[in-house]
Amino acid sequence: MSIIKTKINTRATEFIDNTGHMQTQVNDLRDKLETIKLGGGEKSRERHVSRGKLLPRERVNALLDPGSPFLELSQLAAYEVYPDDVPAAGIITGIGRVNGQECVIVTNDATVKGGTYYPLTVKKHIRAQTIAQENNLPCIYLVDSGGANLPNQDEVFPDREHFGRIFFNQANMSARNIPQIAVVMGSCTAGGAYVPAMADESIIVKEQGTIFLAGPPLVKAATGEVVSAEELGGAEVHTRISGVADHLAQNDHHALQLARQSIGRLNRVKPIQSDVAEVAEPLYDSQEIYGIIPKDSRQPYDVREVIARVVDGSEFDEFKAQYGTTLVCGFARIYGYPVGIVANNGILFGESAQKGAHFIELCGQRKIPLVFLQNITGFMVGKQYEHDGIAKHGAKMVTAVASVQVPKFTILIGGSFGAGNYGMCGRAYDPRFMFMWPNARISVMGGEQAAGVLAQVKRDQKTKAGEDWSAEAEAEFKQPIIDTYERQGHPYFASARLWDDGVIDPADTRMVLGLSISASLNKEIEDTKFGVFRM
Amino acid sequence: MNIKQFSKILIANRGEIACRVIRTARKMGIRTVAVYSDADRDALHVAMADEAVHIGGAPSRESYLLFDRVIDAAKKTGAEAIHPGYGFLSENAAFCRACKENNIVFIGPPVGAIEAMGSKSAAKQIMEKAQVPLVPGYHGEDQSRDILKKASDDMGYPVLLKAAAGGGGKGMRQVWKESEFDEALAAAKREAMNGFGDDHMLVEKYLTQPRHVEIQVFCDQHGNGVYLFERDCSVQRRHQKVIEEAPAPGMTEELRAAMGDAALRAAQAIDYVGAGTVEFLLDVDGAFYFMEMNTRLQVEHPVTEMISGQDLVEWQLRVAAGEPLPLAQDQLRLNGHAFEARIYAEDPDNDFLPVTGTLSFLQPPDVSDHVRVDTGVRQGDDVSVFYDPMIAKLIVWDENRDKALQRLTKALSEYRISGMTTNIDFLYNLANSAPFREAQLDTGFIDKHHSVIFHDEPQDIKQNLPLAALYLVLQQAQAAQQRAALSLDATSPWNATNAWRVNEPHLHHFSLRFHDSEFSVAVEQHTIHSTPTAGTRYSIRVGGNTVVAEGRIDGNTLHANIDGYQFSASVAEHVDPAGNHYSLYTQNSALSFALVTPDLGDAGDDSGSGGLTAPMNGTMVTLLVEAGSTVSKGDALLVMEAMKMEHTIRAPADGVVEAFFFQAGELVDGGAELVKFAVAEDA
Repeated sequence: MSIIKTKINTRATEFIDNTGHMQTQVNDLRDKLETIKLGGGEKSRERHVSRGKLLPRERVNALLDPGSPFLELSQLAAYEVYPDDVPAAGIITGIGRVNGQECVIVTNDATVKGGTYYPLTVKKHIRAQTIAQENNLPCIYLVDSGGANLPNQDEVFPDREHFGRIFFNQANMSARNIPQIAVVMGSCTAGGAYVPAMADESIIVKEQGTIFLAGPPLVKAATGEVVSAEELGGAEVHTRISGVADHLAQNDHHALQLARQSIGRLNRVKPIQSDVAEVAEPLYDSQEIYGIIPKDSRQPYDVREVIARVVDGSEFDEFKAQYGTTLVCGFARIYGYPVGIVANNGILFGESAQKGAHFIELCGQRKIPLVFLQNITGFMVGKQYEHDGIAKHGAKMVTAVASVQVPKFTILIGGSFGAGNYGMCGRAYDPRFMFMWPNARISVMGGEQAAGVLAQVKRDQKTKAGEDWSAEAEAEFKQPIIDTYERQGHPYFASARLWDDGVIDPADTRMVLGLSISASLNKEIEDTKFGVFRM
Repeated sequence: MNIKQFSKILIANRGEIACRVIRTARKMGIRTVAVYSDADRDALHVAMADEAVHIGGAPSRESYLLFDRVIDAAKKTGAEAIHPGYGFLSENAAFCRACKENNIVFIGPPVGAIEAMGSKSAAKQIMEKAQVPLVPGYHGEDQSRDILKKASDDMGYPVLLKAAAGGGGKGMRQVWKESEFDEALAAAKREAMNGFGDDHMLVEKYLTQPRHVEIQVFCDQHGNGVYLFERDCSVQRRHQKVIEEAPAPGMTEELRAAMGDAALRAAQAIDYVGAGTVEFLLDVDGAFYFMEMNTRLQVEHPVTEMISGQDLVEWQLRVAAGEPLPLAQDQLRLNGHAFEARIYAEDPDNDFLPVTGTLSFLQPPDVSDHVRVDTGVRQGDDVSVFYDPMIAKLIVWDENRDKALQRLTKALSEYRISGMTTNIDFLYNLANSAPFREAQLDTGFIDKHHSVIFHDEPQDIKQNLPLAALYLVLQQAQAAQQRAALSLDATSPWNATNAWRVNEPHLHHFSLRFHDSEFSVAVEQHTIHSTPTAGTRYSIRVGGNTVVAEGRIDGNTLHANIDGYQFSASVAEHVDPAGNHYSLYTQNSALSFALVTPDLGDAGDDSGSGGLTAPMNGTMVTLLVEAGSTVSKGDALLVMEAMKMEHTIRAPADGVVEAFFFQAGELVDGGAELVKFAVAEDA
């Protein structure tokens, strides 16, 4: 194994400036999340607690093994999306260890709009299920939700990826022996009633949990029957009379204990097929990534400096180091697990794309998980490159990425623009997990370029019409486009819409990858059959 | 000399003392016969003896107290002598007489001596004649309440009410003021009646700072008598000894000789034979008063053996066989210092209430020339409701008190018992306390120094909490590492216990129980990879205090560094179905704490009637109010007896006693509901 020798100087002004710049962005992220983490307002939290219920994050903590990490997903979901403030889209999702098993945990936050499902709540719930399905992880649903958010029903109810999909997924996961455990810790109304009803095992908390297709108001409206929520569908009803729930819990803690117990009886073994080695921490401090990433995103830097701070022992065996040098490919380990790393180190040329395709083929063959460190402005453009077939070379890489069956993990560490996003395993290429750094930007092209293209079109029109267009007018035309791209390309905007699985501190990259890779290994890695490579 | 040694003896006892006697008998080549009850079928003393005879049911009144059965067993097995141990039949004159009638040697004093000392008031009269100094008191036959009350009033409070037939603290009550007299008298009489079938009471002046110093005497059948120095047994709880030592700190040669002579006078006044103990109260001014004479081998005899180099059981066996005393007074040498700590199954935090359970793990400290463990139980044995809850006696010796004390604390810290609450931590704290180190002994020691023994002062708690928290953090990490190492996924970062979170502090939250309070702990773990500061550090926030700590657990030792102060402590983990708990022995104190398991809703159901369930298996003694009575919070409702001690159950709130579920005399299972109690509406 060869060790990456760092070339950075932590005393350089640039390094210090960069560090400060990244620190500001990380601080901003943490500040925002500190508020989001609280969930609903103080009043609704107090009301929640006064009923003897644990807050959703306390529920997660109590469910997890003591001290277990929790890889929370999409913390920024719904951030500044709706006119209402819907922190984390009113649902906490993530992966954690429960009784020794990595599980996907989906927790309604009843302090946020009664835990009702906004469109992005649905999307986040389904994304968590997708992660469970792709990685063969048991699901635990801590249900405390009023069901669909009625004012937004058009974007919640009817479509393929809407509310109904949740239950479709439950049934299909159950069919593949991906256990579905529901813990009813509050209301579970209408569609929500199917979460416990469709679960393999369900637990309900005495005097807290209710399950019914229609709540007392709707029952009264429909049939005139007057009935209390507890009589209609309380814990006693469902564990003694209806059989909708299987276990009666005395309180939240008891319910979570029962859920842990049921996970302990799943009879599942993690099928690790990889050649795992001892863990060696990187030789360099991960915090130094702050100083490595240039403040000005257009400035180049050596991505190996990042790799050196992510992989075990900073050891990295590079593949085709001298060829197609704008794409760095190589083998390493993260927490002992073998990985193949594909990282941008400049614009993609035909050679780099072919090298990437070749390397991905190797990893597919050897069943080595792939990590993409994405920082790409796109493929090289221009006559020479088109003639050289950059499109078909790019297509080879895209084909390889699309069809390789090993788990893929994508971190957006810089720009993600255009077709580069495809070749580097963007969201559409089904990476098992995808995270962004706070400095990353994602859009079809850079704001400047987009504004430039649109200005060029406009100028052509104006020229055709014989009109004059001043430089000031052009700048005025371009600015809003640049602003829009900047806003929409920002990680918060992306993460709010679940274009990724979350924005992370660059210093946490190693841990996030380690947890993700380890979680993904719950699913056996399948053989790859590649599509046709255009030669 | 060895002319008429016994060839076989029967030991009419159980537990550690039966084992103790068997050991010496075996050493001397004497065969042994054990007796046992239903509960002791597989007990250690049965296993150790050459033969064993079943003598009845588990309650001692159906077995160990039935002397006909014991004598039958002796006859059946051909035992020539019976060693009664202590307790049970050891001071029972009728038994002693029965032995004689059956031509079996009773290894102990003659009947007359037992009878003379059996009644405390008669004993005092004999002592008075023999010029043994006595505490002012009333020892009269007239037992009317008014006479006893008047005697008390005349003496001035505090006074001590004692059962004339009693011993071991039963049937005994301190009365601090006139208004407490009647309740105390009733309780003392009741205990005396239950314990000894005789509620005759003595009243004595209660000395406020007395030491309990006792002299070991030994007499043979040829008129010789010696004293084997003294023992200080001042440290007592509920009038029962906790730690005994010999010699008594501060004892002068003159005082020792004076007390020894007085003790021998006492023994000779009743023609004593064998091992006996004369108990004195030693006042601060050096005056000493006769309390009582125990006509048997004492529980604490090993400290005397350690400092005298003699085997007192061997002496007993020789003397009973008619041999003269092995040594004369001027041949006896006092050497070094010894302590005995009694390890009990009891809860010091709950008024030393005895507890029962199964010894799921039992590992005494290593035995050596300095450390001796006398026990009658093995791992897996039960400490049952039927007998005394003593698990073992830990005895240590060294050349002086300081060194011996160091041995004691070390040995205590190495004693591992799981399955029940014990007083080990309490003993450790007691032995480590400054007043004990400085030998500021008197019989009120534990009450007087409560806070330094129990370490429940706010500053102690503040200081000790982070250490307890650190241990739990390290322990959880270690347990996770061990699990990980055994798993197929040993390198996974999911094995971590750092409560890692995305974009927020990695705070590991848990609660620990310490001194009956729960404290929430938040721990942030920092792992530093670069040398020279590499390692894992924890910011521990607990009890409004944040410390930076690091440490590791190495076998049974915790190496801690808290805010730069490095030290180590030894650790005992007690496995308990209700949740494991831990003891940490630092240089100064023992900390007992547990990881709090969340309330799963099963507790708290009976919060309204809390305390109205039986604390343990026992017997209903008396109901103090009528069913249907309206009572105020704190009123005594009933008295239960368990483990030979009385427990008063009081009203938890104002309300009505709707029904009692047990009548006086009935056996009660631990946890059984005793009273149906309705809390008053406005309470």
